[in-house]
Amino acid sequence: MKLHDNHRTLFGLATALFVTLTLLVAIIPALNNQRNNAPLPGTRQLTSDEFAGKQLFIANGCVACHTQQVRKVAMDKGWGPRPSIAADYARNGRTDLWRNTATLMGTGRTGPDLTNVGNRQPSIEWHLLHLYNPRAVVADSVMPAYPWLFENKRLPGANDKVVSVPDAFTRGDGEIVATPEALQLVAYLQSLKQVALPDGTPTPEFLYQRPATGDSTPGDDAGGLIKLDGGALYTTYCQSCHQANGEGLKGAFPPLKGSPIVLDGNPARLIDIIMKGYDARVSEGYAIMPPIGTMSGLTAEEIQAIINHERSSWGNDAPAVPLDEVKKLLQTD
Amino acid sequence: MPTSLCLFLAQATPGGTQLWGEPGVIITLVLVLLPLLLAGWLAATKGRGAVARLFGRGGDCESGTDLDVDHTPPGGPLIGNIDQAGTVRYLPSKKRAVQRPKVNPELSRLVLWYLGTATFWLLFGTSVGEYLGIKFVAPDVDQVSWLSFGRLRPVHTNAVFWGWASLAMVGLGYYVTATVSNTPLASLRRGWWSLILMKAAVALGSVSLMAGINNGGGEYREYIWPIMALFAGGIGLALSNFIATIARRRGDEIYISNWYMVAALIFVVVITTIAYVPVWQNGLGETIIQGYYMHQGVGMWFMMFLLGLTYYFLPQQLNTPIFSYSLGILAFWTQIIFYTVIGTHHFVFSSIPWSLQTVAIVGSVGMIIPVAAGTTNFLLTFRGAFHKVASSYTLPFFLVGVVFYFTGSFQGTAEAFRSTNLIWHFTDFTVAHSHITMYGIITFLLWACIYAVVPRLTGREPPHATVGAHFWMALVGLLFYVIPLMIGGTLRGLSWIYGKPFMDSVVLMAPYWLWRAIGGTLMWLSHWIFAYNIYRMVAGPKPIGLDDAPVAGDIIAKEALYDEAAR
Repeated sequence: MKLHDNHRTLFGLATALFVTLTLLVAIIPALNNQRNNAPLPGTRQLTSDEFAGKQLFIANGCVACHTQQVRKVAMDKGWGPRPSIAADYARNGRTDLWRNTATLMGTGRTGPDLTNVGNRQPSIEWHLLHLYNPRAVVADSVMPAYPWLFENKRLPGANDKVVSVPDAFTRGDGEIVATPEALQLVAYLQSLKQVALPDGTPTPEFLYQRPATGDSTPGDDAGGLIKLDGGALYTTYCQSCHQANGEGLKGAFPPLKGSPIVLDGNPARLIDIIMKGYDARVSEGYAIMPPIGTMSGLTAEEIQAIINHERSSWGNDAPAVPLDEVKKLLQTD
Repeated sequence: MPTSLCLFLAQATPGGTQLWGEPGVIITLVLVLLPLLLAGWLAATKGRGAVARLFGRGGDCESGTDLDVDHTPPGGPLIGNIDQAGTVRYLPSKKRAVQRPKVNPELSRLVLWYLGTATFWLLFGTSVGEYLGIKFVAPDVDQVSWLSFGRLRPVHTNAVFWGWASLAMVGLGYYVTATVSNTPLASLRRGWWSLILMKAAVALGSVSLMAGINNGGGEYREYIWPIMALFAGGIGLALSNFIATIARRRGDEIYISNWYMVAALIFVVVITTIAYVPVWQNGLGETIIQGYYMHQGVGMWFMMFLLGLTYYFLPQQLNTPIFSYSLGILAFWTQIIFYTVIGTHHFVFSSIPWSLQTVAIVGSVGMIIPVAAGTTNFLLTFRGAFHKVASSYTLPFFLVGVVFYFTGSFQGTAEAFRSTNLIWHFTDFTVAHSHITMYGIITFLLWACIYAVVPRLTGREPPHATVGAHFWMALVGLLFYVIPLMIGGTLRGLSWIYGKPFMDSVVLMAPYWLWRAIGGTLMWLSHWIFAYNIYRMVAGPKPIGLDDAPVAGDIIAKEALYDEAAR
C-alpha cells in the first residue's frame, strides 16, 4: 500500500490520530474541568505554614501510600462524609516555577486516605508522635519514621513543642522536640477537611451499598444484616490513641482499662466525651480528646457497640448499656 | 488466612452477585491458569518421554541393541569434536549464535554503550526496588531522610523506566532501524548525544528525588521539568536520527519494526510535552492529564517500542518470516485508537467526569483487539518452530514475554471493569499488574533482544548455564512476586468492602509482602547474573573460532573468490 511506503504520510497520520484522540480525552476535559470548577464556599487558601507542610508532604513522597479522594463507593464512606467532587480540588494550582500542580489524589492506599484527616484525627500530639515513629502509636504500621523532623534538646525552651515518646522508641538523649517542619506538616494534615456542599448542590451518592435487609444471596448466613462489631469500631475510631490493650500511652493518651469514667454506672459522661471531646486532663500531660463521635458521624448503634466493648474488655466489667439509653443520652446532649 | 479467604469468597459482593461470577474475576483466574496449564502440559509431555526412556519403551531405536554390531566406523568415532570442557554435561546444550556479516564497529560500540548503561540502571533501580520491598517487612531498617520510602519509590520506578528500559530500547532501536532500512545510521554523533542526555536525566533525577525535589507526585512524572527536558531532548535526537535513517532506506517498504519504534518516539515526545506544559494542570486538570500520561508512557512508549523490536528479533531468531504483516498493521492502528483513551481507568469512581471513565473502560476492552492480534501473530510465527525453543537461549525469553503480553494486557482489561475496580483499586493488585507488564513483558523481551544482538556485535557468547540461571531466577522470582500480591490485594480489597478496620487490612498483607520480598530477591539476584553475562559477551574470553585457526587465511581468500565470482 502506498500510504504505508511513505514515511511522511505514515508517521504524519499516526501522529494526527494520536494527537486528535489526546485532545478529546485529555486536553479538552482537563481545560473544561479547570474552567468549570470554583473553590467551594467554606474553604480557604492554605496558610503559609500549611503550604510549607504541603511541600514537605510532596517532598517526602507521602502520596505513594496515601490517597486524597473519597470515591463514589460505599467502601470509602469511612474516609469522608460524602464523595469528593471536582470542586474540592479547585484550589490546587501550580506550585512554583519548577514544580507542577500537586492534586495528590494518589493511586494507592497502602496507608489510610487523608481527605478528611483534619477531622478524623485532630490531635497534634498524636500526629507528632506518629511522625516520630508510627509504631509508637500503631503497633502494626509499616509507615516510615520521620525522626529528622525532630531534634533532641536537654533543656527545651518554653516555646518548644516537646513530644512524649515511649522509651522503647526514643533515639538520642534529652527531650524530643518537634522542628518547625514537623509542626508545618501537621498543620497541613489538620487543614485537610471535607466541607459540606452548599445548599442546592447535588451530593453524589455512594454506590455499591451493602444490602440492608434479608434480600441477600443464599450462603450469607447473617441474612445481610450487618451486626455491629464493637471491637472493630474501637479499632477504627479509638485504638490509634487508646491502644489495643486499652492502656493508652503514658503521658500522651489516658488508659480506658480501669478508667472510672468508662466503668461509671451512668454512661452519660463517657458518651459526652465521645461526642464533645475532652480537655480536662491536659495539665497531666494528656492530649486533648477530639469530639470523635460528632466528627465521624457515629450513630447511636455504633456508639453503643463501642462503649459496651470498652466496658467489657481488658478486665473492665461494667454492665452493658441498652440502646434506648444511648439514644436518650444523645438527644439530651 | 485460608479461613478468611473462604469466608470472603463464600460471601456475596455488595452488588448482590457472587464474587466468582464477576466477569473480571473469571478472566483473571483464567489468565493466571493459562501459563500454569502450559507449564503443566510441557512438564507432562517431557515427563512422559523421560519415563518411556527410563523403562526402555522408547520405541524403534531400541530394536537393534542386542545385535552384536560394532557401530564404530573405521578410523575411530566420527563425532570427535564434542566440546566436553566448556559445557556442563547435565545441562541441555543450546545452539550457538549464528555468525552474521560484520556490523559497523562504530555502531556496535554505540549500541553496546547504551546496553551497558541500561544494565547499570537495571542494577541500580532494582537494588532500590529490592530495598523498598524489604521496608514493607522491616519499616525501621533505616531512618535516613534520603532513603525513606516515599522518596525512594519514585527513584526505583523512574530508574527502571527511563534508565533501564528506555536506554536499552533506544540502543537496540539504532541497530534495528539501520539494519531493516539497509543503510548506515544517519548520525552516530547524535546517537552519542542522545545517550548522554538520557542518562544525565536519570542520574540527576534520582539524586533530586532523594533530596526531596520532585514535580508534585504524579507517577512517572516525578522528575522536575528541567531534568525531564534533558530526557525529552535525548529522545528528540533519537527520533530525528531514526527518521533520517528511514528516509535513506534502500527499497520502498518501511519494515513494520520501524513503524512501531518511530511512532513510540513521536508519542513519548508528545505525552511528555503535554504532561509538563502548565496550561491545563489546575485542579482536577492535573489528574486527568496524569491518568493520560502515566498510561500512555507505559503503552505508547515501552509497549509500542518493544513490539517494534520484537517484530524484528523474533522472526530473525526463529529464522522464519513474521506470520502476518497485515495483523501487525491491524494491531498498530487499533493500539493507537484504543490505548490513547484508556488513561482515566486509573481514576474510576473518582471525581473525574463519569463519561470519561466510561470511555476509558470501553477503550480498555477494545485493547483486546491489538493484544490478540499481536499475540496471535507472534505465536503463529513460532508455529512449526517450537522445537527450536529448547535449543535456543533467546527464544525462552521471547516466549515468556509473548505469554505475559497476552495475560498481562488482558489482565489490565479485567481490572478496568467497575465491578473489579471496586475490589482491586488502591491495593497491591495494581503493583502486581505493573510488574507483570513492565517486567514480564518489557524486561523479558528486552533480555531476549539483548541476548540475540550482543553476540553478533562482539563475536562472544554468554555461558549458556548462566543465561539459564538468569532466565529461571527471573521467571520464578516474578511469579513469587506477583501471585502473592494478587491474592493479598484481593483479600485487602474485600476487607475494605466489608468495612473491617483499616489496620486489619495492613496486618493481613504481612505474609504477602514477605513473599514479595522473597520473589523480589530472586529477581534482583538474576540481574547480577545478567550483568555478568553482559560482561562475558562484551569483554569475556573470546571463543576459539575460525578466525584463529591456521587455515583462516585460506578460507577468507576463498570467500573473496566466491564473492568475486558472484558479482
